[in-house]
Amino acid sequence: MKKDIILAGVGGQGILSIATVIGEAALQEGLYLKQAEVHGMSQRGGDVQSNLRLSSEPIMSDLIPKGGADLIISLEPMEALRYVEYLAPDGWIVTSCVPFLNIPNYPEIEAVLERIKAYEHHVLLDVEALAKEAGAPAQAANMVLLGAAIPMLGIEHDKMIAGVSRVFARKGEAVVETNVKAVEAGFNHSGIKN
Amino acid sequence: MSDFSFFLLHMSFFLSTFAGEIETIYIMKKLLLGDEAIAQGAIDAGLSGVYAYPGTPSTEVTEYIQSKVISNQQSAISIQCRWAANEKTAMEAALGMSYMGKRALVCMKHVGMNVCADAFMNAAITGVNGGLIVLAADDPSMHSSQNEQDSRFYAKFAMIPCLEPSNQQEAYDMMAYGFELSEQLRTPILMRVTTRMAHSRAVVNITEKPRPQNERSMPKDVNHFILLPAFAKRNYAELVAAQPSFVAHSETDGHNVYVKGSHPEKAIVTTGIAYNYLMENYQAEMGCSILKITQYPIPAAPVAQMVADGAKEILVMEEGQPVVEELLRGMVPSEIKIEGRLTGVLPRMGELSPDAVRTAIGLEALPTYAKEAIVVGRPPALCQGCGHRDMYTALNEVAREYENARIFGDIGCYTLGALSPFHAIHACVEMGASVTMAKGAADAGQHPAIAVIGDSTFTHSGMTGLLDCVNAKANVVVLISDNLTTGMTGGQDSAGTGRLEQICIGLGVEPEHVRVVVPLPKNMEEIKGVLREEIDYNGTSVVIARRECIQTLKRHLKAAKNN
Repeated sequence: MKKDIILAGVGGQGILSIATVIGEAALQEGLYLKQAEVHGMSQRGGDVQSNLRLSSEPIMSDLIPKGGADLIISLEPMEALRYVEYLAPDGWIVTSCVPFLNIPNYPEIEAVLERIKAYEHHVLLDVEALAKEAGAPAQAANMVLLGAAIPMLGIEHDKMIAGVSRVFARKGEAVVETNVKAVEAGFNHSGIKN
Repeated sequence: MSDFSFFLLHMSFFLSTFAGEIETIYIMKKLLLGDEAIAQGAIDAGLSGVYAYPGTPSTEVTEYIQSKVISNQQSAISIQCRWAANEKTAMEAALGMSYMGKRALVCMKHVGMNVCADAFMNAAITGVNGGLIVLAADDPSMHSSQNEQDSRFYAKFAMIPCLEPSNQQEAYDMMAYGFELSEQLRTPILMRVTTRMAHSRAVVNITEKPRPQNERSMPKDVNHFILLPAFAKRNYAELVAAQPSFVAHSETDGHNVYVKGSHPEKAIVTTGIAYNYLMENYQAEMGCSILKITQYPIPAAPVAQMVADGAKEILVMEEGQPVVEELLRGMVPSEIKIEGRLTGVLPRMGELSPDAVRTAIGLEALPTYAKEAIVVGRPPALCQGCGHRDMYTALNEVAREYENARIFGDIGCYTLGALSPFHAIHACVEMGASVTMAKGAADAGQHPAIAVIGDSTFTHSGMTGLLDCVNAKANVVVLISDNLTTGMTGGQDSAGTGRLEQICIGLGVEPEHVRVVVPLPKNMEEIKGVLREEIDYNGTSVVIARRECIQTLKRHLKAAKNN
């Protein structure tokens, strides 16, 4: 088993929480893991990404090679497209469709979404709306996105849910429940079955 | 800070034979950043003090130790871990701790090495008593830095050993080794990592039985620490004489590994994490001889062996500048071709990548998609609600009233004032340069000459420059944008918080020309008025624009709510 995942977004959106949950579930599965993160200047509203590598064999490089990513998980549609050079030909893009507008020259959102739809393997979701629908706050949008990516992760749905529960356990039962709901909402809308 | 509690996976133990006896070694697994592995390694090696100024990508080493000391108050782990004012004070305090026989760690980003260079170079001459490791985290590709200098040059310059771990486990293990080596050789050790090592997580096996801290002990020969020429000459002679033993340790301690290939005419030398990029792509049938370097000086014996085994071409893969590539040219016969960053087989600048290494060993790139032309850049920006924004809004409006105002910036979040929408600063070089460059410009006849510097950068390296201004009655305005923290690196304590006015007055700025404003939109007219008055004053003024960092404010409010 080997999954190379690029997590993308804008500084402050919370991509690292997605990485934390996947990492937790992967380690429980006894998988090897490497996760390269971005700290420092770009966290101030710039583009950020994290390379998350999971494998049943030891992992060498901390960085995913171009053409090697099985999956791009992005909290922002244009940010998903920033990393397509890293995507394997049969790789998946799972992304929020809601643009994060903090630059003056953001392209036409319709054109951005058209480009994403040009990839055969894509899941495009309004994760914020789905979070609200599920009764979760907007901050849980990242968990909705995670849920939508579960079918491509190579880790079973129930084991991911257990991972969510463990990661949020110290914040109390209610927080766990909210986040599990958010993950389930994403999972049910991913349109792909395990 | 990350939460580590759930990273505790399981504990296991295994048996190992040591000196004929059976000993149980308890091992625990933790998911750690490279920086955190270094910190945990230092704690488990009996560290007594970490001294550091925050700087990407080194900050998390000290933060991790701080979090452990706080969380272990009951079990009384006593490690000094307060932030230092700058890298030089950090290095000197660490040398003092080492003088007393205890183990000390100094952490900084690569450019911090320049700040502490005086203390660092001379610590190589004094030697150490307790083990002393200097951790330099380099930032090739300048993700968060103004240059990509390679700290390995400093180890070579100071003639001391250097460690460059290739993964998180080695980083952890090398701390215990490094402290032992430091005490055995009586020399400071430089550990060099780069961004991808510092900021990448992996599972690390850590010991359950940390080594106790050293007892206090005075240096055996105090003259080692008195660098009068007579003593320093003797120390330097000892350092020169010790060089072959440093090489011998590189050759025999097991951190540098040479494997002869089935086609040994082709050889590859990797340093640090370059090894991982090679192994990501390497195919056994290539049959190259491979020398993996993680300890310097460069081990001479395996290099000679590589040549004896028939190497005709050596490809050098290293993060940063072509240090090994250059040095090897003096170590092997001239007919052997050496390839690397200098010959263009690998990129001359920037960090290595699995892709660059793949191309360098002659493999085709993996099939993938072309870049999407629709994607535009998203540069970082000052946060919404940040006080620096209001400060720049006022400053820009006042600056426009003058024909050619020059604003000298400095290092921190407020450097982002150079970008859209402010375009406010006309220079940014290194920590503290705003104050002294403004002075130099004023000396050359520039008016108005304005420095913009953050509170933490001011106490790091701006204070001495302000003293120069005061002594020369330089016609400058030093605008200290005081957000009560070290913001860019995530909100660490700032050394002068609560005392900036006293510091400026103490340095000799006239009290009526030390002005304080609160950067908020509602105060815009007042701030502009103060700036105009101080620009028109022919002498050295300080304007402190003080409002808490919006990020630390949010954190403080959240903490207050939870209590």
